[in-house]
Amino acid sequence: MDKNKIIELKGISKAFNGEQVLKGIDLDIHDKEFVTFLGPSGCGKTTTLRIIGGFVTPDSGDVLFNGKRVNQVPPYKRSVNTVFQKYALFPHLNVYENVAFGLRLKKMKETEIAAKVAEMLDLVNLRGYEKRSVTLLSGGQQQRVAIARALCNEPKVLLLDEPLGALDLQLRKEMQIELKKIQQRLEITFIYVTHDQEEALTMSDTVVVMNGGEIQQIGTPQDIYNEPINAFVAKFIGESNILPGIMHEDYKVEFAGDNFVCVDKGFRHLEPVDVVIRPEDITICPPSDKVINGLVESVIFKGVHYEIMVRAYSDLWKIHSTKAPEVGSVVGIDFTPEDIHIMRKMESSQDYAALEHMNGEEAGTIG
Amino acid sequence: MAWMIIFMIVPLLLIAVFAFTTTVPCDRDGNRLDEEEAAEIIAEEQAYWEENEIPLDERESAVVEKTIFTVQNILEVNKYMPTMLNSIWMALVATLICLLIGYPLAFMISRMHFVSQKMMLMLVMLPMWMNFLLRTYAWMTLLERNGLINRFFGLFGIGPFEMINTQGAVILGMIYNYLPYMILPLYSVMTKIDNTTIEAAQDLGAGRFNVLGRIIVPLSAPGITSGITAVFIPSVSTFIISRMLGGGTNMLIGDLIDLQFLGNAYNPNLGSAISLVLMVFILLCMSITNAFDNEDKEGGMLL
Ligand SMILES: Nc1ncnc2c1ncn2[C@@H]1O[C@H](COP(=O)(O)OP(=O)(O)OP(=O)(O)O)[C@@H](O)[C@H]1O
Ligand SMILES: [Mg+2]
Repeated sequence: MDKNKIIELKGISKAFNGEQVLKGIDLDIHDKEFVTFLGPSGCGKTTTLRIIGGFVTPDSGDVLFNGKRVNQVPPYKRSVNTVFQKYALFPHLNVYENVAFGLRLKKMKETEIAAKVAEMLDLVNLRGYEKRSVTLLSGGQQQRVAIARALCNEPKVLLLDEPLGALDLQLRKEMQIELKKIQQRLEITFIYVTHDQEEALTMSDTVVVMNGGEIQQIGTPQDIYNEPINAFVAKFIGESNILPGIMHEDYKVEFAGDNFVCVDKGFRHLEPVDVVIRPEDITICPPSDKVINGLVESVIFKGVHYEIMVRAYSDLWKIHSTKAPEVGSVVGIDFTPEDIHIMRKMESSQDYAALEHMNGEEAGTIG
Repeated sequence: MAWMIIFMIVPLLLIAVFAFTTTVPCDRDGNRLDEEEAAEIIAEEQAYWEENEIPLDERESAVVEKTIFTVQNILEVNKYMPTMLNSIWMALVATLICLLIGYPLAFMISRMHFVSQKMMLMLVMLPMWMNFLLRTYAWMTLLERNGLINRFFGLFGIGPFEMINTQGAVILGMIYNYLPYMILPLYSVMTKIDNTTIEAAQDLGAGRFNVLGRIIVPLSAPGITSGITAVFIPSVSTFIISRMLGGGTNMLIGDLIDLQFLGNAYNPNLGSAISLVLMVFILLCMSITNAFDNEDKEGGMLL
């Protein structure tokens, strides 16, 4: 991938009515990259996007396009285009005129406009809809018009704010694939906002996990999933068992009333840590002295696997397995040192609050 | 529904009947007499009655009035064309100024915080809750030769200015009285314009003027037409404003009509004819603006 920095955010902060919404965002976005902002509702994703689009001016910090500071440049002079959260099509114009809007402003020749609009409508599979009123289109079709309209100006960067949020699951999956294809075909940068972690993982080159106005982690989907930097990211990306632990020395951690070998090092002696183990990394085995033993509290069929809740002492473990043990039976919980992810304790209590809040909602986000 | 129609149609029919008829003197057999003949006969009768001291309830005139169809009234309206055109001109000026003031104001209000919106609307409507005559009277006292405004200028040693009894004063009165009718329909369509629609236009490269011309004006077109109609129609037919602020120097079509019914020029047939012509004219204007509006299709409701 070309590693040209196309957009840089440097120490961006923003407060609305005294409430700090962004707290020092630092981020580089590269040419032809598919970047996704991922985070819970209200974490500042849209605000960050709007700062890039020019609709919000940051209180402090700089926005750079190709190395040039653009803080004061109004939206209509920026070389980015946006697909808005609620499409924001022009209700008084038909499909053709909606897509042609940007071209008309450039005073292009009518024949050139017609050719470009046709090309864009082809790209989003809306050929033949030119004369339709946009108010009579389905959600998916409106979304396509919004994408065609934004792409018509040939932006170097396309901003998309939860573009698939209003679509049903089936259509969303199709559009995810289409969007990714469009991005690769046009070779432009996509900055994509979502709070659906699965969407973020499947589409992105780079995922930016945000919470409470701060960036938690930036990395490839694999990095984010396999090496979450803290318990928040671990919890937000996929499901996790998070247990309090104490690091005794390098590669040796105590949690759940026992000592375990792990692959992490570089912690202080007796540093309190969070231990994260993915439910799918755990295997259920017959109870024995070598593993943690617990009582099966519930078994729920989830389609691909069973979700098994096992209580061992005061800890409740979530385990994903294709085989279902009997409720009420005693089983062993087994995992390898590689499955143990050690994380520094999070500093702010706010992060914990956000986590607590998520626990309630997150049940349905991953299968 | 049927009652509604009757309720609306009957007065209109009455006016139409009046407009196309006139009363002429006839003898008791229904033969038409000319005015002089009739006057002569009446004078003779009168003299005879007086002389013989005939009681009032026994006096029966040989001359009776008969209502006949005529287009004379309508043709006569032609005489008042200058007044008609003057009224239309002044109403147009007032409507245009109302639009120029009301449009940006309505847009500003529609972009305000919800609570401020309600407050601004209250302010706009506040004068409407005061009696029409009273608020026009208030302007009289302001504009008078030794009214408040001239006294204020007097403090600086300038003036007094001739303000009342001018065309300007009449137009001012129209604007003051009818501006809310412009702002309200405009506001009601403008609140429906989403901020993100405007942002989308900016995002695609539209500056201030393009946003206005390509987004806001087309989307508020229904409000513009209903605002124009709502200001123009009462302005063109007003008579109180011109009487109070125009001092009779600027006769408007409304004054003329008023004069035919309640004034000393008593002639309801002519008055009806003038109103009818005015109504036809207004209907024409409305159909033109509506056709203009339909071209922009879609949009909101007519208020
Ligand atoms: N114009 C504004 N005025 C006041 N507060 C605002 C404004 N825009 C955003 N906020 C606040 O900033 C915070 C972050 O908002 P933002 O829209 O960036 O969240 P988000 O991450 O996009 O959330 P979602 O996933 O729900 O869209 C929220 O608390 C929101 O209420
Ligand atoms: Mg958002």
